[in-house]
Amino acid sequence: MTARTETMLYLDGVSVSFDGFKALNNLSIIVRPAEMLAIIGPNGAGKTTMMDIITGKTKPDAGEVYFDGNTDLTRMDEASIANLGIGRKFQKPTVFESHTVWDNLVLSLKGPRSVFAALGYVAANDDTARIEAILDTIRLSGRKGELASGLSHGQKQWLEIGMLLAQDPKLLLVDEPVAGMTDAETVETAKLLKDIAQTRSVVVVEHDMSFVRELGTRVTCLAEGSVLAEGSLDQVSANPVVIERYLGR
Amino acid sequence: MITQLVFRALDKKAVWLVLILVAIAVAVPASNLLLPTGHPLRIPNYMVPLFGKYLNYALLALALDLVWGYVGILSLGHAAFFSLGGYIMGMYLMRQIGNRGVYGNPILPDFMVFLQYKELPWYWNWVDMWWFDFLMILFVPGLLAFLFGWFAFRSRVTGVYLSIITQAMTFALQLAFFRNDFGFGGANGLTDFKDILGFNIQAGSTRAGLFAASALALALGVLMCSAIVNSKLGKVMVAVRDAESRTRFLGWRPDNVKLFAFTVSALLASVAGALFVPQVGIINPGEFAPENSIEAVIWVAVGGRGTIIGPIIGAIVVNVGKTLFTGWLPDYWLFALGALFIGTTLFLPKGIVGLFRRAGRQDRRPPGKEASAAAEAGVSPSTLGAKVEPAE
Repeated sequence: MTARTETMLYLDGVSVSFDGFKALNNLSIIVRPAEMLAIIGPNGAGKTTMMDIITGKTKPDAGEVYFDGNTDLTRMDEASIANLGIGRKFQKPTVFESHTVWDNLVLSLKGPRSVFAALGYVAANDDTARIEAILDTIRLSGRKGELASGLSHGQKQWLEIGMLLAQDPKLLLVDEPVAGMTDAETVETAKLLKDIAQTRSVVVVEHDMSFVRELGTRVTCLAEGSVLAEGSLDQVSANPVVIERYLGR
Repeated sequence: MITQLVFRALDKKAVWLVLILVAIAVAVPASNLLLPTGHPLRIPNYMVPLFGKYLNYALLALALDLVWGYVGILSLGHAAFFSLGGYIMGMYLMRQIGNRGVYGNPILPDFMVFLQYKELPWYWNWVDMWWFDFLMILFVPGLLAFLFGWFAFRSRVTGVYLSIITQAMTFALQLAFFRNDFGFGGANGLTDFKDILGFNIQAGSTRAGLFAASALALALGVLMCSAIVNSKLGKVMVAVRDAESRTRFLGWRPDNVKLFAFTVSALLASVAGALFVPQVGIINPGEFAPENSIEAVIWVAVGGRGTIIGPIIGAIVVNVGKTLFTGWLPDYWLFALGALFIGTTLFLPKGIVGLFRRAGRQDRRPPGKEASAAAEAGVSPSTLGAKVEPAE
């Protein structure tokens, strides 16, 4: 067992129930710095609830949730958790449709988040350079002046990943990043996430097994709110319980 | 920071709008005061306060648009801030009457003598000083909006529920102001004003001055709103409107953004009400009526929300229409207003401004892109307040 202080994300014995339904049941997960973890599991396994707990949207009934070793996330709200350095990509791509691609990134860029700081904000050269670099990474340089509503589904997914990068997070939570993407886009996304995981911790929730294989990383299978199996994808998918409860169905 | 803000506020459209308003502030009083009676270019006396009133309504509409058009808060209670501003101005004007009232009491306004008040209620004490009263015009509605917003936005009350409690707020205030023992003249309200800042309130030159003040207040409101919506904060406001939880998970606090916009909006609405009262000569609890707040929403919708000029155009067009229509078929105005609202939501989801913008865009659009134009124009009109359109 890894000591808590050496982890980027530490969930221990987390339980939460909604109207008697146990969405998470004694869930324990660890993510180390600059490590990628893929989470698979059937619908209703608690994957999204787990992200809600980490990002402060839902408070757990029991259990510990720590970020970067020592920060207790259960006492903080969404905005403070985001400012600690946890970025979250939603399952359905969520970008600011009536803003340009550029402005989407401006709004995401790490920096003071108070009302009056925003009122007096003047773009610094550093900010512009950072946005240009992110646009290159997510391949949207050519469309930076366009409204985000005009992007394709896959491009919106990428823009949202770009917005996460602009936040400069230590931990990225990525919910089904390749849903609705073409095969080529899926391969590119896997490459991008692997790049990101060189320097940051990444948690990817995904249904697409070929994508998870592409990621080539540690896999955790959830079912009914707790961990069913852990290991490499081959180990997990060879596990008879996983086959019975998830893959086989 | 301030120079940056002013600089940013001065985009081309805002500059034109401000210049036009300043020109109106000069031209209308000049025409009324300098040209001889009967001159074809002279604005007749009765029209000066009437147009002044339209400009006050335009400022109210602009204030409402700042929260509804840009942050997506559909307030159905903005008449409350407008009326509070009006009442606070009315208190000053009442105290200027002095012993010229019907009962000749040098301290107590007529209605207090009539209702057998022995002394001024404490909150009437300082309002005879114009500077104190004018500060209160900003402070009281600002404080109310801040407290209301603090509780509502922190508790994450949104959408229809927020609209309903804003409506309840203005209705509650209306009931309170109707009471004789509340100290604001009950159902009759405050009226029979004589002087403002030492000038006779009935005099043509005072009316012209009030008109100019209304136009300049609107110009200042345009500058302020333009500075806000063109800043990064303005982008955050639109982001909150379109995807509140995304904004939250990026580390912004939507409640603070809403609170800021709501408070600034209340201040603008209050100034509009304060300039309105000396021009119409009366303020009574009827101004708090929920219908008034809803009418203001219609002005914004008709003009085009999420733009600076839209609500101004909407307020003026609808009110000119109201003046003409109520002279012509007084009983049917509310039907016409309802029809206008339905027509706007069905056929002009972006209001009058959207109509012009669409026409302008189609001229410039290269061939083969009509399909996306249709898709853009076909934003769902049915979900008032929920559905959002791109802001400029």
